[in-house]
Amino acid sequence: MNAPATFKTRTLTHLEQLEAESIEIMREVVAETEKPVMLYSVGKDSAVMLHLARKAFYPAPPPFPLLHVDTTWKFRDMYALRDRVAEESGMELLVYRNPEAERQGINPFDHGALHTDMWKTEGLKQALDLYGFDAAFGGARRDEEKSRAKERIFSFRSASHRWDPKNQRPELWSLYNARKAPKETIRVFPISNWTELDIWQYIYAENIPIVPLYLAAPRPTVERDGLILMVDDDRFPLREGEVSVERSVRFRTLGCYPLTGAVESEASTLAEVIQEMLVATTSERQGRAIDKDGGGASMERKKQEGYF
Amino acid sequence: MATAHKLNDAAEAARAEIESYLEATSRKSLLRFITCGSVDDGKSTLIGRLLYDSKMLFEDQLDALASDSKRSGTQGEKLDLALLVDGLAAEREQGITIDVAYRFFTTDKRKFIVADTPGHEQYTRNMVTGASTADLAVILIDARKGVLTQTRRHSFLVHLLGIRNIVLAVNKMDLVGFDQGRFDAIVADYAAFAREVGLQSFTAIPVSGLDGDNVTSRSDAMPWYDGPALLEHLETVPVEAASYAEEPFRMAVQWVNRPNQNFRGYAGRIASGRVRVGDAISVLPAGRASHVARIVTFDGDLDEAVAGQSVTLTLADEVDCSRGDIIASAAAEPEPVSRLQATLVWMSDEAMVPHRSYWLKIGSQTVTAAIGGMGPIVDVNTMEQRRGLTLALNDIGQVDIDLDRRIPAVRYADNRRLGGFILIDKVTHATVAAGLVQAFPKSVLKASDAEDEKGSIQWIAGSGRRAHAARAAERLAALGRPAFVLDEAAIADLASDLGEEAQAERIRRAREVAKLMARAGVHVLVTLEASDEQAQPGRRIDAGSNDDEGADEWVI
Repeated sequence: MNAPATFKTRTLTHLEQLEAESIEIMREVVAETEKPVMLYSVGKDSAVMLHLARKAFYPAPPPFPLLHVDTTWKFRDMYALRDRVAEESGMELLVYRNPEAERQGINPFDHGALHTDMWKTEGLKQALDLYGFDAAFGGARRDEEKSRAKERIFSFRSASHRWDPKNQRPELWSLYNARKAPKETIRVFPISNWTELDIWQYIYAENIPIVPLYLAAPRPTVERDGLILMVDDDRFPLREGEVSVERSVRFRTLGCYPLTGAVESEASTLAEVIQEMLVATTSERQGRAIDKDGGGASMERKKQEGYF
Repeated sequence: MATAHKLNDAAEAARAEIESYLEATSRKSLLRFITCGSVDDGKSTLIGRLLYDSKMLFEDQLDALASDSKRSGTQGEKLDLALLVDGLAAEREQGITIDVAYRFFTTDKRKFIVADTPGHEQYTRNMVTGASTADLAVILIDARKGVLTQTRRHSFLVHLLGIRNIVLAVNKMDLVGFDQGRFDAIVADYAAFAREVGLQSFTAIPVSGLDGDNVTSRSDAMPWYDGPALLEHLETVPVEAASYAEEPFRMAVQWVNRPNQNFRGYAGRIASGRVRVGDAISVLPAGRASHVARIVTFDGDLDEAVAGQSVTLTLADEVDCSRGDIIASAAAEPEPVSRLQATLVWMSDEAMVPHRSYWLKIGSQTVTAAIGGMGPIVDVNTMEQRRGLTLALNDIGQVDIDLDRRIPAVRYADNRRLGGFILIDKVTHATVAAGLVQAFPKSVLKASDAEDEKGSIQWIAGSGRRAHAARAAERLAALGRPAFVLDEAAIADLASDLGEEAQAERIRRAREVAKLMARAGVHVLVTLEASDEQAQPGRRIDAGSNDDEGADEWVI
């Protein structure tokens, strides 16, 4: 006599649930929009997002290109990983640099906030307009910053790329309303509900390639305005009295190298980084000079203007 | 040498430690909950306290909190934990929460996602939004004020959205001297109300968000309370029921994956149940049958997948299946329907327009919908019902909705993922309403086992047959049963290749059409001239020549 097979109810773990939700979001975007693109910044969040995209559409490659809005000031290690990963994923890689910023030689040393505005904010808008993308995946997470905590997963931008936080569509269950007017675009944040710890645990569990800068190593650095900056190439102008010092550092977040602060650390493996992070006392965006200009509501203002 | 060894050992020990930690925490579960309360209930302070006490705040956040507390805090020299969760600049100025915000914290047992929603009545829609994905609700009550109108409103909405786990957090116990009598009176008061709205059970916990009593650990100030602290309860309350793993298998197809000629996969997230390779399934609403051939994932094929997982299925047969379809266990197919009875929560400033066409998104399907009948409208402030012809912002009403095509019928009470829907304005593209499928008017059900819901074939003879058929169809329609008169005009195209003499073939074709329609639940009234032998299957009825009698009696 064959007894009917019985199965124990399996409750998905938090990472399995987050993964399934992100995959569901990506498939929804591909099904409902005309021309999606994935913004790829080469950081750890982008790495996870890309990995999830590959899972979502397997065995097909993700049916959209990667877009890197370049500032020409990223770490060299980032460019290397970007090119390698794009090749491995079988996806087209588009690199866009704002020609106006390139012509004027906009850089973080001489131009301050204008650097981010021209290269990143304007560059992103130009690239989206140029290619006519109507949906762009971004790797932002709600736990990163106060104003992100209220942003929807499907976040609409006007034809001029502005975000209106007071006029967001309610998002119920997993029913995403992707209908939009001509010229309107959507930023989609499939990893909204992931925390920094989730990201690291997932990278560890899935063995996802990341930029080596996340792991501690001896690197040439200077300390400036309370940040430890890495002298990544000879474009870094040393101020009077500054000398490049070798420190064992790693980065919790990656951006333009002259704007990204390192933390002193000996954690040279992923497990050690996670261990440090579990006892960390400084949240990740602190390493970014960009959030500090303009006081408490700085990120919210940048987002309204179209910064990712 | 010895030193190097020691270092290696230490590194090895560290790695082993972190690996075992990662292994342990990778088995953590996830709980999504919503907090409901008004501006003054201390809700932000309570969430701030959970974040603060679960040690998930970083140093620079604490620095910012300290300086914010000095500048705009309301707690004097103390940290104002509410500032941790008040996000947008606008609401910092107004000192209120104006939208749904999501917060995250984690313990060794669980990861938590908190939907923080406002208590203002004009923002009911935000609460419904937050509640739609929550497995548990924390309803805050100010111990000094007791159960208020808004407590009732929040409880009603939470119950409406199908949340079964409810925590009544009686906050600000410090301001009533940690008095047990006060707590008991509030709980008794709430219990009476809970019965009224149909809440099965709730867990009441006396807390003080300001000082942390009974928030993350049990308080010495209330020795009379022997239940768990709030966080203890959140860490241990079972959430399995919310996963629908024990229900029949159902998955909405989001995307058809066709990388090449040899692969055709159906991608979706499993809404309920489990699926195994070889399982018999049905593709709905068409009802095409097949078997699961493979469960494909990036990490390799699976033998079995359960509710909550995103997978790609391939089927054993080449059946027509596209986005919006539902793949369901063949053993328990939901009936396809084109008419719904639903509860709508209106979320737009622009009032609902009856009979206007909206998009309705349900599962992975978007159909055109029109709101027909209006049932009672509930006033969430008074719980009173009224009648009306439209729904305005934050109104909650019962409606009948007609769809332009059939969808598999799943009630919200049976599955939130497949029984919840949104209405979208076709002009502004705004999400104007949240809907919960409650029931299906009988007329649109497909043939089922119940005799009166099956379709039928009536072969009507006699010179009065046309008039009888028309009257019978009208009568059936009035009873909500679909009817169709199959006459010469109806089969004209189907028989256009036949000559006058091919009467038998004409009848054969009509019969096959009638059989299909009857199977789909339609009462088919055939008025073609057919002999007794030809008029099979079905009933043969002689309508005689009298146009005025008999119709009601024989068809119903």
